[in-house]
Amino acid sequence: MEKNLLRYIWNHTRRHQIFILGIVLLSMVPYFMAFDLPKQIINGPIQGGGFESPGATKAFLDFSYQIPFVDWEISFGGFDLSRLEMLLALSAVFLLLVIINGLFKFYINNFKGKLGERLLRRIRYELVDRLLRFPPTTMRQVRAAEISSMVKDEVEPFGGFTGDAFVQPALLGGQAAAALFFIILQNLWLGLIAALMVAIQIGIIPKMRRRLIDLGRQRQITARHLAGKVGEIVEGIDTIHTYDTTNYERADISHRLGQIYRIRYDLYYWKFLVKFVNNFLSQLTPFLFYSIGGYFALRGTLDVGQLVAVINAYKDLPGPLKELIDWDQARQDVQVKYEQVREQFEPSQLLDPGLQTLAYTMPDHVPSPLATLAVTVSDGSGAHVTENVSLKIEAGEAVAMIDNAGTGAEAIAEAFGRVVWPTSGRVMLGEVDLLELPEAVTGRQITYASSDSYFFHGTLKDNLLYGLKHAPVVVEGDRAGATTARRWEIDEAEQAGNSIHNPEADWIDVRSTSVSTGGPDDLARSITGALDAVQLTSEVMELALHSFIDPKEHPVLSEKVVQLRFALREELEKAGIGGIVAQFDFSAYNKEATVRENLLFAASRQTNGFDAELAEGEYVFEVLKTANLFELLYGMGLTIAENVVEIFAGLPPDHPLFQQLEHITVEDIAYYQQFMQKRRRKPGLIVSETERKAIVKLSLYYIEPRYRFGVLSREIMDQIVAARDLFYANLPMKLRDRIERYDPHRYMGAATLRENILFGKLTHRSPDAPAKIRKIAARLTREMGLYDSFIDLGLSYDVGASGRRLTPVQRHKLSLARALIRRSSYYIFNKPLPGLDRRAQEEIVKNVLQFLQDQDNNPSVVWVLSNTSLSRMFHRVIVFDRGSVVEDGSYETLDVNSDIFRTLVA
Amino acid sequence: MLLNDEVQLLRKVPYFCRVDPCKLKLLAFTSDRVCYEPGQELFAQGENADAAYVILSGIAELITHSSGEDVKVGEASCNSIIGEMCLISSCSQAVTARAKTEVEALRIAKDTFFKVIADNPRINMEISRTLAENLRGSRFDGADRVNHHAR
Repeated sequence: MEKNLLRYIWNHTRRHQIFILGIVLLSMVPYFMAFDLPKQIINGPIQGGGFESPGATKAFLDFSYQIPFVDWEISFGGFDLSRLEMLLALSAVFLLLVIINGLFKFYINNFKGKLGERLLRRIRYELVDRLLRFPPTTMRQVRAAEISSMVKDEVEPFGGFTGDAFVQPALLGGQAAAALFFIILQNLWLGLIAALMVAIQIGIIPKMRRRLIDLGRQRQITARHLAGKVGEIVEGIDTIHTYDTTNYERADISHRLGQIYRIRYDLYYWKFLVKFVNNFLSQLTPFLFYSIGGYFALRGTLDVGQLVAVINAYKDLPGPLKELIDWDQARQDVQVKYEQVREQFEPSQLLDPGLQTLAYTMPDHVPSPLATLAVTVSDGSGAHVTENVSLKIEAGEAVAMIDNAGTGAEAIAEAFGRVVWPTSGRVMLGEVDLLELPEAVTGRQITYASSDSYFFHGTLKDNLLYGLKHAPVVVEGDRAGATTARRWEIDEAEQAGNSIHNPEADWIDVRSTSVSTGGPDDLARSITGALDAVQLTSEVMELALHSFIDPKEHPVLSEKVVQLRFALREELEKAGIGGIVAQFDFSAYNKEATVRENLLFAASRQTNGFDAELAEGEYVFEVLKTANLFELLYGMGLTIAENVVEIFAGLPPDHPLFQQLEHITVEDIAYYQQFMQKRRRKPGLIVSETERKAIVKLSLYYIEPRYRFGVLSREIMDQIVAARDLFYANLPMKLRDRIERYDPHRYMGAATLRENILFGKLTHRSPDAPAKIRKIAARLTREMGLYDSFIDLGLSYDVGASGRRLTPVQRHKLSLARALIRRSSYYIFNKPLPGLDRRAQEEIVKNVLQFLQDQDNNPSVVWVLSNTSLSRMFHRVIVFDRGSVVEDGSYETLDVNSDIFRTLVA
Repeated sequence: MLLNDEVQLLRKVPYFCRVDPCKLKLLAFTSDRVCYEPGQELFAQGENADAAYVILSGIAELITHSSGEDVKVGEASCNSIIGEMCLISSCSQAVTARAKTEVEALRIAKDTFFKVIADNPRINMEISRTLAENLRGSRFDGADRVNHHAR
């Protein structure tokens, strides 16, 4: 990158800078004309200059101009106008000039803004582009939040400066020089005094600014560190909480803020000091004029008129001069910022941009082996993790790498994946060094997955298919077919030297999926194959069943789910186990549901940060009162309270059994206990409304088969069913769009997919009901062709920032699945499943090997195993000990010949 | 059948007869009432045992599967407890229990059971004693079904 920001700006905006300077100069013409016009209006028509005799007229717009050298004369006699007409005409011209000036200003500012934004875009893009080309060692030392604060905030002022970078000094310099020239014209000596003062100003002020620049630099760095620190707090929040170090972090932040405050305060102090000196110097000149000029005027050596003229002319000098100095300040400011940013983006080594050129087609298959030649890898401290390792992985091999002591196997796997660069030796793909091959080759021929793979914010599917997004499927750059908006995007991207490719376009290369038969369902089969292999399918299905779908967005799917609902009911009846689901029936009480659910007879939409109970509770009570149910439920609640208190009162408050009570907390039990005691002591006591509601609440969550207190009479059930309509009829507006009634023929957007399929409650009396239903439902789902839609639905689950909404095990599985979807010649798996139990690990390793062997491209697999006994599933086993290969051979031979291996596997 | 009836029934089970009724109510409340159709299995031999069952009504057959054929070794009816070994030791079910008629049972899950007895050493004692008595009885009466569990 260019060292000097001004030069950088000039290099990239030269044409536009010259153009805008021209426009600015052009705009000066109407500007000065507008200056002169008021005088003309006042002197002419208003004061009557030239209209001395009544009825006199004057020519308007008359001019004559003689073109030099050719002696052609262009002239126009003008229109003869009377005094009033002249006034109107000149006023109209004034208005016209005002408009023209306004338009010029509008255009110039717009243009400058555009220039600045384009340059900003260019710098930001260039920084990120460089970031993408950082070697791995440099990358390990940067703090993410600092980099993002640099790219986003620290370059921001460059945009504002760009528009003024050359126009401002040219203009102001011209004005200042003109003013100085006028002074010199009036009087040489006084002019020279003024020039001297200007020289002093220009000489001293920048020197004083050095301190300012230094402070600015400090401020920038501390602010950047602050951003880095805040980022660290966000990322390490769990650790901070678990070790009770919040106050240490507070102290740290406070200290940093204190530093920033001190620097900023210093900055202000110096800024205003400089301003003071500057103002003083510019006022010193008139002092000299008055004193020295006055002295000479008194002596009679200087004409008084001349002195007055000089003082008048000087008025125009300090303004531009001050602005010029301000501009210089801004320049130094952005220059310092620029250097600070640039420094961070100039590592000693950058990847050659040629290595990352976009390649539309998958490079040719490389059959040649993947090999290491005397590779030595060092860790962060410089200690050697592996030493002089030479290995060769042939096509189609399945190789297990295990460590006896040290982490040599992992380091070699990382070197294969280009996550680390060898300190000496080379990793070769065929005849070429891996680091000299374009990423289009290495990043597609070699698939690397480890446990710390990263996930991007987006859906599961986005992340799963991330490894296929090498290039847009349709070759871009054809502007003819593009929409106007898209054409504009491409144009602008080119103007700012940005990538012109559209991220919204289809980037998923269906030809590079692992299942590659050329058929249309390659991608789908790769996805299901990979998910099955890593045993993630059932979890994805579970995510789907928990998701909410809007029937308006998925009309076909929701329609089919309703069909599935009926089919499931039918199948359960056929299997003779129809009783395990208590279906929602508008005319009957559902015994497996709570009283409240029976009254609502609706799904209520759950939204974050919204307390459903609070919002609906009052209305529920209202309905109960209107339906004369309140008293009945109160009586029922009393019995429940008595029972619950009897059962739970003796237990200590932290007893685990309290978790079995869904809507009752330990505090509630204590409350009910007190209430019951009070009632027993004073039978005639008046019960307050809150107490009554608390008791009724107990009834609302009552389920007979669950609690078995025998308090729910036929009469109450019938009344609740009858009150359903009442509940719905007067539903307040704010609840209306949150509550969706059960309707067997409609999909309910407020309920999960699972609830929609089941459309009822599982009976409490059959412990294996879920398993039975799952079996039948799974069969029906496949039969009705819904399976893929459900998986798709599960894949649209949002994984959150860096995949944090998934469990660690799910993340590891997903990372492996993401690798399996890609078609590669070499798969490098670096302990991808650390948290998994032995049995699951074994199954997944087996599945993955099987899945890859089933593909027709005969890929090689290198797997660094944490569970060494799994090495028997591989053709070849390589054992590392303290960074060197100690054994290399088939499982059987090593099992016989190698002591180290036997102790490792045993 | 209501919770209180279940408590009454539990009191007739030898293991629980001397346990405080209040605790029995807690035990009953935290357990599930389950129903089985004739022919349905409550649990199968060799299965991971995670619950004991107190038969509330109906009859369950106890069957062992050895050398390729099913042998009926006993029946459990109202008031008897089956699979209770799992409450004390972690083992798999020694027999298969299959509903002969329609069976209603109280399913006492192992972890809830532990939570209930956690602060009731009394129950623990009672159960150990009953177990000991059962074992002693079985030594003289080899046909007692408890014997099969103890193995």
